[in-house]
Parts: sequence; structure tokens; C-alpha cells
Amino acid sequence: MTTALTRNPWAGFALRRCWRLLVSLAVLVTASFAMIHLIPGDPVRAALGTTASPALVAAEKHSLGLDQPLLSQYVTFLGNLFRGRLGESISTQLPVSQIISSRLPATLEIAVPAFVLILLTAIPLGMSAAVLTKDGRRRRGELAFTTATGLLGAVPEYLLAVGLVAAFAVALPIFPAASQGGPSSYVLPVLSLTVIPAAVLSRIVRVETLRVLGEDYMRTARAKRLPARLHYLRHALPNLLTSSLTLGGMLFTSLLAGTVLIENVFAWPGLGATIVTAITQKDYPLVQGIVLVYGSASLLITFAVDMALGLADPQSTIRGS
Amino acid sequence: MPHLPSPSVPSSSLLHRLRRTLRTPLGVTALTACIVLAVVAVLGPMLFGAEADRVDTNAIDQGSSMAHLLGTDDLGRDIAARVVVATRLSLELTLQATVIGVVGGLLLGVAPTVLGRRLGRLVTATVGVLVAFPGLLFVLFLATVFGVGSTGAMFAIGVATVPSMARLVQNMTASIAGSDYVAAARILGVGRFRLVSRHLLPNIAEPSALFATQAAAGILLSFSGLSFLGLGVQAPQYDWGRLLNEQLNGIYVNPVAALAPGVAVVLTGLTFGLVGEVFAKASGRRAPLSRQQPPSEQSAMAPAPLPDESAEGALVQVHDLRVGFPDGREAVRGVSLTIGHGEALGLVGESGSGKSLTALALADLVPHPGRVQAAEITFDGHDLRSDPHLGTTLAMVFQDPMASLNPALRVGRQLSEVAEVHLGSTRAQARARAVDRLSAVRIPSAARRARQRPHEYSGGMRQRAVIAMGLMGEPKLVIADEPTTALDVTVQQQVLDLLAEVRTETGAALLLISHDLAVVAQVCERVLVMYAGRIVEDLPVAELVGGAAHPYTRALVGAIPTMTTDPNTELATIPGRPPEPGDADQGCSFAPRCALATDRCRSTRPELVGFDTGRRVACWHPVGAVLPLDVRPVDAEAAS
Repeated sequence: MTTALTRNPWAGFALRRCWRLLVSLAVLVTASFAMIHLIPGDPVRAALGTTASPALVAAEKHSLGLDQPLLSQYVTFLGNLFRGRLGESISTQLPVSQIISSRLPATLEIAVPAFVLILLTAIPLGMSAAVLTKDGRRRRGELAFTTATGLLGAVPEYLLAVGLVAAFAVALPIFPAASQGGPSSYVLPVLSLTVIPAAVLSRIVRVETLRVLGEDYMRTARAKRLPARLHYLRHALPNLLTSSLTLGGMLFTSLLAGTVLIENVFAWPGLGATIVTAITQKDYPLVQGIVLVYGSASLLITFAVDMALGLADPQSTIRGS
Repeated sequence: MPHLPSPSVPSSSLLHRLRRTLRTPLGVTALTACIVLAVVAVLGPMLFGAEADRVDTNAIDQGSSMAHLLGTDDLGRDIAARVVVATRLSLELTLQATVIGVVGGLLLGVAPTVLGRRLGRLVTATVGVLVAFPGLLFVLFLATVFGVGSTGAMFAIGVATVPSMARLVQNMTASIAGSDYVAAARILGVGRFRLVSRHLLPNIAEPSALFATQAAAGILLSFSGLSFLGLGVQAPQYDWGRLLNEQLNGIYVNPVAALAPGVAVVLTGLTFGLVGEVFAKASGRRAPLSRQQPPSEQSAMAPAPLPDESAEGALVQVHDLRVGFPDGREAVRGVSLTIGHGEALGLVGESGSGKSLTALALADLVPHPGRVQAAEITFDGHDLRSDPHLGTTLAMVFQDPMASLNPALRVGRQLSEVAEVHLGSTRAQARARAVDRLSAVRIPSAARRARQRPHEYSGGMRQRAVIAMGLMGEPKLVIADEPTTALDVTVQQQVLDLLAEVRTETGAALLLISHDLAVVAQVCERVLVMYAGRIVEDLPVAELVGGAAHPYTRALVGAIPTMTTDPNTELATIPGRPPEPGDADQGCSFAPRCALATDRCRSTRPELVGFDTGRRVACWHPVGAVLPLDVRPVDAEAAS
């Protein structure tokens, strides 16, 4: 299948996407390396405080490798990165990789259910809204839908989180307001991550559904007089899914970023809460490590979505650059 | 009011449009919200500054009261006053960050045009990589570099906006840079910077302003988020995010105080959004919400009385078929036709003559909000108005085979589902039948092809697959709507042969819709000529050349060049253009373009009447036809 690799549009597409992923990862790694050097003044002095002795500052600089020439620092950094070493936290002296591996699960435990919930609510919601309001039917319903989802889209996630806490933890004490605990403690954080992206995505799905329903092949499907279930699920869904997910792909990476704020609202012991503390404490190695994790995670998600779409809709491999 | 004295942008018309948009309810709301926001930002700190900073140890962490509308914080300061005072700083920081983002984005976006090709590509590629990262991650990275605090946060958020703005500007400049007037300016030797300032920037000003207002809303939210995280504004300064941060711990004591700054953020964000909407509307970039008028209920249009005689044993019997739209347009205006069992009938006319809608009405596929009315419409003995279930007795073949197959489904699946749904076949039976039907329309290695998706088929193969789809059941009528128009000339013949073959093998009737008389003449036995939503002539194919009675049919035939046409003469055309469906409907629709038209033609519409055997024509002055006495033209001017 060697000739197929060069001829097959899908293989070419996969190669281009892999190349883009590699370049982006290289940029991310270099940027996170350069971060500490971009900070104006003396970052180690700033991290340890003005009262720290010059000897302590020099020792910390040495342990961070900042006394080496820039190029050799970069090489050492890359070498360590490949071996999974991300240095030590300045404030706790613990290995950064250890902190990350102890905090990452808590983040994933709210991000993954939120991701699934967003898809499970936004797609049926957007499709039903489209089917109910197609060809200018139910003008008022259409207005209500676009207004409600539009308003929700204007609310930042962490404000919704505060609102949910006020409503369901303070006014009606159903769920705990903060910190990780039993299953009920997951409800509000996951909801806070879900509602707004779901509203935004359902708008996209609705518009895409309306576009698909107007296509010629849907008229062919109508001519076949299929039951509504087959008509919408088999003929419309796959077509609107590919285009909706292309547009909604950005939502998933922003979901990851959204965990930063949500974790701070709920005092959730995840990576997001950790990076904020690390930034305020000027714990640069820890910030660097978490930026690498978040950055590569979002690049991988984008890559995975692209590849999945390429498989599901081979035509997109030709359209996409 | 500031104005752009640029020659390439009709700035006055934008201002005019803006002014007009500001008078709409949307504009009034946006303007009011802006004024309120500006007044609060300017006067707030002056009026409430003292109260917001007054520490009152006797009133710590109080709830809402008359003295303190939203309660007090942990130093006894009035929260309502602090929310009002915070408006100024929140807006200032937002605007500053927006300026950084927009200016940086413009510089980086225009850079590829000004810099050489290599450097330009590098800039484009860098921007491409940067937009892939989530905004908040970029902000956190920059906040680490710029340091915690309001200035650092402002730069971080501003710089984080640059890539998306730069991407937008790059896309716009790329399209403008390729335009003719920029090429002309280049040829004239206009310098790069002059090109940017005179030609590029003025042309992207409008969309850039729109983006800036949308970006400002996003920046406001990011800034409040950053302050909320404790990375933005630091005490003793405070913006809304900072207030939210301070009040969150007291949410059990005073939830209103925790929500108030959030509400302020959302309302201000919505205001920016409204301003963006106004801009977008003024520059006409937003698709209007209402595309069509709301559909009215099925209006009770009185159907014409049923004809006395209805052809016995006809497969399709249609009388006075009308397809109308809610805005009053009528695209099909009373069509009556019959199709016999196994008959091949052609339906010809110019585009817009209503021939496709007539066919769609027969198949019950007229798109919403079109309304179908008919005095009679029966198919194979049952009334389609009461029972539109056609099952597999009617097959449709559409014009564009590239678009009429579902790109996401395998071709075999699209065929087999017909058998599963309508014939009760099992999945395996249906699949076998699909393969069988595909080979029946001569698709090579049908079993393998059935597993492929439409994009792996050529145009001709797709059309054959669509025909095969119609053959899954046992069709009594095949409606083919311009089945060869989108195809290659060599493939056209194959598809026509296939349709003819299907007819002989299944005994199905064929309704072939085309604007191509040659195609119809080849396949059909009888032709209906449509003009402006009505049938104007009904004649056997053999009579088409030389024997047509209606001047329009004769003109259509005359417009086809043949091998004997002198290549040096100009191609014959029909002068004028067909009427629009909404035009006044008086007299003969063809009269304005007809050389034989008289006053009678312009005032009274001729009905479709029969003459000879099986021929009908709607004309006051038919060519060479011997009409029954009662409709023979008796006007004085006709005699002369």
C-alpha cells in the first residue's frame, strides 16, 4: 500500500495534520521554555522574595539550570521533557510531574463528563429546534430559542457557576457548594462546564441542521418517504455532525480552559486551581509544566477531532487544507 | 463626528446606515445602554467613591438593608457603591486591552502584505499556530510573563486577542490584495505603505470595527475572570472580577453581594454585544432573522369545477393544479394533465415556467411554504390529496446527481433502505436487491460499488444509482427532472438510453422534464409545453417540428440550431423575457413576446382547448390549427 499512501487523499490529509500537530507542539514546548526567560527582571529573586539571601537565589538558579548558556539549557530542557521530567516546584520542592499526576485526575473527572453531556444535550436540542422551526415555522419558538441560547452564550462559565452555587447550594441546599466529595459534589461543577458550551453548540447545530435539511439529498430522502426517525437520524445527522463538530471543535479546547475558572469557584483540587496558585506564587517550573499539559491536551483534542472527522466524512479531507 | 476622508469607502453611507439602524428598537436599546454605562462610569466614582471606600467596623458582612442595598463586605464597605464605582476601572481596562488587541492584530494582519513573501508567510504561519491554543491558556501564559496585576493582565489579555484579530485581518487583506483595483495600484507603482493606508485599511475598517466590539465583550469577560482568579486587579484597586473574588467566600451570608458584580459583567457584556449587532446590521453583515414571511394557513382558494370527462384508465389524472406561495406568488397556475400507463410524456419550458414544481406537486414534495391545490389529483386510482402515500410506485430522478445522493452514506445503504422500509425486506435481502439493481443500471462490480460513498462515483454513475434507487420497488411512474442537464454530453446519452430501457422493462410511465427539446423528442411520445405556470400546448412529439400550433412552441423549436442551420446567421432567440410569477396576470402570458399578439391576447386569456385528436393549445391565433367553432378567433383584427 505504498502507492496508496501518496495517492490516497486521506493519507495526505493525515500527514498534513500530523505535521501541523508537530509544529504546534514544537512552538508550545519552546514557548514554555522561553517563558521564564521572557519575565522582566530576575524571576528567581521575584519567586523567592526580596528577603531571600543571594546565596539561596544563586542555589535555586543553579538547580533550575539558569546559570547555563541558553542553548544548553534548551537542550537539557528537551532531554528532560522526553524522559518525563519537568523539574521541581519552587514552593513545595516536589517534582512537577508528581504534582500534575496527582491533580490531573480531578480535572478530567469533571471535564470528561461535561464533554459527553455537552454532546448529548446540544445535538438533540439543536436538531429538534431546527426541525420545529424549519422553513420559518414557529417564529416565536425560534425567537425564544435563539434569545435563550444567545443570552446564555453571553454569560461567562464562572459566573454561571457562582449563580448555580447561589441557587442550588445556598438558597436551596441540595448540592455542596465546594470541594470534591461524593457524587453530589460533581453535579454543580459539571453543570457549570456544560450549560454554556451546550447552548452555544446547540445554536451551531440548529443552523447546520437547517442547512442540511435544505440540501438536495434530503429531498431525495423525502422522495423515499422514510419514517421521520430514519429521515433525521440516518440521513441528516451524519452530515450535520461533521460540519457542527468542525465549527464546535474550538468549544472542546475552551472547555479545558474553562476548568481553570470552575475549579477556582468550587475549590476543586485539579490542575486549574494549581496553575492559579502557581502563578500567584511565581512558581515558574510548575506553571511551565501545567501550561505544557493544557497546551498539548488542547492540540491533541483538535487533532483528534480533525482526524475523526476525516474518517467520518472523507470529503472533508479534500476540502480541508 | 469623526469621519474617514477615504476615496474607497463610502463612509457617509455607513454613517447614514448607522443612523438608520440606531432608530430601530435594537439601536435605541444599544444607545441607551451605552449612555447609561458611560454615565455610571464617569459619575459613579465621583458620587459614590467616598461611600465605597468608607470602612465601617460596626457594619461588617451585613446583608441587604435600607442603608446598604446589597449589604456590606468584610470591612463594612457598601457593596452596591463598590459595584457602581468599579464600572470605571472595569471599562478602562477592557478598552485599553481592546486597543492593544486591535492595533496589534491590524499590524500583524497587514504585515504579510507589507513584508516580503518569506517573512509574510512566517507571520501567517505563526498566527495560524497561535489561534489553535485556547484563549485563556494564552492569557495565563502571558500573565505569568507580564506579572500579576492590572497592567500585566491588561497586556496579557490584549496580546492574547492579537492572533484572532490578525487572522481576520489577514483573511480580509488577502482577498482585497487580490482584487483588481489593488493590482492596478501596484502596476501604477503605488508603494507598499501607501497601498496599505489608502487601499487596504479603509476597506477593512468596517469589519474590523465589528470585530473590535465583539472582542471587547470577550475581553470584558476575560478580564473579570482573571481578576476573579486573583491574577488581575489587585487590592486596594477593584474591578467587578475582583469584587466577585472578594464576595465569593461570603456567598452563604450574602448571596446577592456575590452575584451583583457578576450581573454587572453580564449586562455590560450584553451592551457590547448589542453595539456589535448595531454595527453588523448597519454594515449589512448579519443575515436577517426573518428570511420569509410567516406562512399563512391553507387558504381556501376555490378549486375549479371538476371536468365532466376524466380519461378512463389513466395513471395520473390532474385537474387545475396550483402551487402558490404565502406572499401571493403563484408558480403553477391551473395545470391539467393526464399520463397514461406506460406513457412517456415530456414537459418542456424555460426555467421558471413551473415545470419542476408541477412534478414536485405530483410527488408531494413541494417545499414548505409552497401550497399545493388541485381540483383533482389522482395517482393509479387513489386520491393523493387525502392519501399522499406513494410508497415505491413513484420514482424520482433529480437534476444534479452530485447533490442528490447523501454524501455521508454508502450508496448501497441508500438503496437498500427503500426495500427495508416499503417492502419489508430483511437487511440481507435488501442489500442483495440493492446490488442487483445497481448491476441492472450497469454499474460495474456492483457489490463493491455498493459499499462506496457517492463521492467515489462519477456524475453519470450517480445518476444511474439514483435511477436504481427508483427501481428498488416497482415504479409505475418515473419522474425525471432535468436528469441529464448536469451531465457530460457523452454521459447524457447513456442516461437517456437507460431511462428508455427502464420503461420497456418495467412498463412504467415516464414524465421527463427538460428545457432541452432534443432530449424530449428522443425519449417521449407526447409533449406538454409550459409557459408562465400554465400549459400552453399539448402535442405529439412527431408534430413538434413543423406542426406546433402555439407561437411559443414554434419559437422554442426555432431556437434550436440544427446541422443545416447556416453557421453564419445569428442564433434565433425569443425576444423579451418570461413574466415573473408575481407579475400581473391578464391576457395571454406570452403576448408581450409574441409577434402575432393582438389586443384580445393582451386582455383575455385563452384557455387550453382541444382540437384534432389528442391535441390541445391555449392561443387565440394558433398556427395552422383548425379549432372548434366556439373558440375560433372571430375578432375583426384577426380576420384582416
